[in-house]
Amino acid sequence: MGRAGRWISAHWWALLGRLGFGKDRWLALDRNARRAFKTFFWVAVGLLLIAIGGVWNSTALYAAGIVIAVLIIPWRRLPFGQWIVPLVFLVLAVLYPFYYTHLFGSPIFGPAPGMDTMVVMMIFTMMALGLNVVVGYAGLLDLGYVAFYAIGAYMAGWFASSQFADRKIHFGAVGITPSAPGFHISIWLILPAAGLVTALIGVLIGLPTLRLRGDYLAIVTLGFGEIIPQIARNGDNFFGTGFNLTGGTQGLTPIDGPGFGNFISEHTGLPANYLFLQTADFYKAFYWTALLLVLFTVFCSVRLRDSRLGRAWIAIREDEIAAAAMGVPLMRTKTWSYATGAFFGGIAGAYFASFKSATFPDDFFFNISVFILCMVILGGIGNIPGVIFGACFLAYLNQEGLSNIGGWLNGHFGPGGTAVEVWHKPVDVPLYNFGIFGLILVIVMLVRPEGLIPSRRRAAEFHEGVHDQPLYDVSGPGG
Amino acid sequence: MPMFAAILVGLLLVWLIVNVAKDPADFVTVFFIGLTNGAVYALVALGYTLVYGILELINFAHGDVFMLGGMISATILTAFGLEASASFGALAPAIIVSLLVAMVACGALNATIEFVAYKPLRRAPRLAPLITAIGMSFILQDIALAWKGPEYVSLPAILPRSEVFRVALGGSEVVYTWNKLIVVIITVPVLVALMWLVQSTKQGKAMRATAQDKDAAAMMGINVNRTISFTFLIAGALAGAAGLLYALYFTQVRYDQGFQLGLIAFTAAVLGGIGNLPGAVLGALIIGFIQAFNEGLAWHSPGSDWTQSIVFSILILILVFRPEGLLGERTPEGA
Repeated sequence: MGRAGRWISAHWWALLGRLGFGKDRWLALDRNARRAFKTFFWVAVGLLLIAIGGVWNSTALYAAGIVIAVLIIPWRRLPFGQWIVPLVFLVLAVLYPFYYTHLFGSPIFGPAPGMDTMVVMMIFTMMALGLNVVVGYAGLLDLGYVAFYAIGAYMAGWFASSQFADRKIHFGAVGITPSAPGFHISIWLILPAAGLVTALIGVLIGLPTLRLRGDYLAIVTLGFGEIIPQIARNGDNFFGTGFNLTGGTQGLTPIDGPGFGNFISEHTGLPANYLFLQTADFYKAFYWTALLLVLFTVFCSVRLRDSRLGRAWIAIREDEIAAAAMGVPLMRTKTWSYATGAFFGGIAGAYFASFKSATFPDDFFFNISVFILCMVILGGIGNIPGVIFGACFLAYLNQEGLSNIGGWLNGHFGPGGTAVEVWHKPVDVPLYNFGIFGLILVIVMLVRPEGLIPSRRRAAEFHEGVHDQPLYDVSGPGG
Repeated sequence: MPMFAAILVGLLLVWLIVNVAKDPADFVTVFFIGLTNGAVYALVALGYTLVYGILELINFAHGDVFMLGGMISATILTAFGLEASASFGALAPAIIVSLLVAMVACGALNATIEFVAYKPLRRAPRLAPLITAIGMSFILQDIALAWKGPEYVSLPAILPRSEVFRVALGGSEVVYTWNKLIVVIITVPVLVALMWLVQSTKQGKAMRATAQDKDAAAMMGINVNRTISFTFLIAGALAGAAGLLYALYFTQVRYDQGFQLGLIAFTAAVLGGIGNLPGAVLGALIIGFIQAFNEGLAWHSPGSDWTQSIVFSILILILVFRPEGLLGERTPEGA
């Protein structure tokens, strides 16, 4: 915990001590009892807030029941216990399209996120998990992750639209008239292809740069993250040659949607083409597909983390010199982490482009790199549940949370507000999204640098400082 | 790799020479634009290099402090109510007042940022303050956004555009105007004062000692924390001066310009050798010239669409092949 965190903690306990419930009495309780007490306390606070400021209905009680059941029962001691909590969350996520319209409304945040927000949340979760491999496992700060997202999106743009009109190659694409010009390859093939190409570019970027350390690597990745979108922006006319690669600021649109084609559709009932579905089914199809991609990413992340390669990444993160002395090949290991992170970024980018049916160079600003980094840091660097939480929460905030909050604030404190009129012109809260994310970055780093849901190992590193040299002590050779 | 670097520099020289031969007057005009750009970049780059020298931290928020300096200057200059091409008597007090206010405000702002966002993280892993620096950068941008809105903040072109001299060269004329000269006239004394401060005063000695070895400096009785704060103050003041010059010369500032220009200035600092003050000025001039040549020369220049890519390519090439920069010494970073 940072200094500010310690300060808050000390004052909290001082307050409780004055009420006759000091830290010693608390610590004398049984561990499970403490946990149960904490859970019930916060669930009660939550229910009270929903009843006062939100829209109350019975689903709030079900949600409270699930939270209490998940947190209080020591699942880990049961056989197959470690599977139960993730399974509960998975079932809730899979069934989300069926119950979200009936959910209670939270105070300030408003109603539960809609389906298009959920799709975007899943895609950003995938990107955040990819970046987590680079930043969380291998400890390399990558400020240009948006470049991989861009490459993935343009892969979909090139091979699933009519961009290259002088060619005509169709392979497995759905919903395309046979005479359509350009490349039309099935999205299911483009996703892995985009991942592989992005991973290859990650290796190419990584090979010369990964021997730099710490902040120098960060700034080089930032440079690549700025160059690649600029190539996309200016790529409609390369140096006056007239060759249109990227469509310039117009972007590439429309991009084909995913789908299974008529044959499979008739035999299995899977949708022939996502883009031709009714609105509700359209979002469901994209959401479940995105959920599958996230599951695939989570599976790869877990298996990689526990593999020989993953342990090498963590060793490099904790102490590069010691890892090298133990025979970990630094360059190869770092390059693999870069390629892996890029792979998931590329898939997510291609899928996102297919979902939006377009890709524009303005989607790939430096801000997005920081946005994804913020997800990883807020949730808990290196910890998969933490990163998923951080990604979902921030993507939700950016998509609809901030505008809901803005509506609430303006409704209560804005012009003609129901509470007190503090400001007299409506404040456009979503306009300040990146300032708010910046504030989150600063507060998390000062108060809880290991993130909200950290892995125990990473938290220990932050508190004992084994990761690398602290700022203050950098003086001698060898850093 | 020296082969590669030699080929690159050689191609660059050929390109420049052909351009000189084709239109010498145009070349000299562009050269003066580059000099003016370089002067502004130098002030910003010095801030990066001062902070990096003492804390080994890339202060991402620095570019945004510069941008706020521009906003503050624009506000004060507008308050003076000067018209375009005002007289010297009306111009001088306005510029001096806004220079002082911008320098003091930005210095105080930068020192506050250090106190809030970097000081509590002295013992944290090195990436922690880097991340708070990015966060502070976004916060400052949104402060400017809330203050001035998303549009350009414009001010009248109060610097005189009359000519200092006019020379005939190769069939056309080179005109050097006062607004370009004034930027250099304000920059040079600030640079000299900074050099004097760092080289000849007790506080400067403390800064150099702290940069070399903080523990040893502390043992010699130097208040390390106060020295670091002072460094941030000076860096912020330089950014404020640069902000004023930018607002005066380009006559418009927008909330998101600081970050981009900050990255360009950081590249300049790296090019010259980060932590090295003359190096930062040299790097800034080179980057200023490269930008002006790229955007202004007629024969086969990539144009302003590619300026950022070119600058960042230089950054990457320098970091990969010569991390110590042109004038710097080899650091552990470049191992």
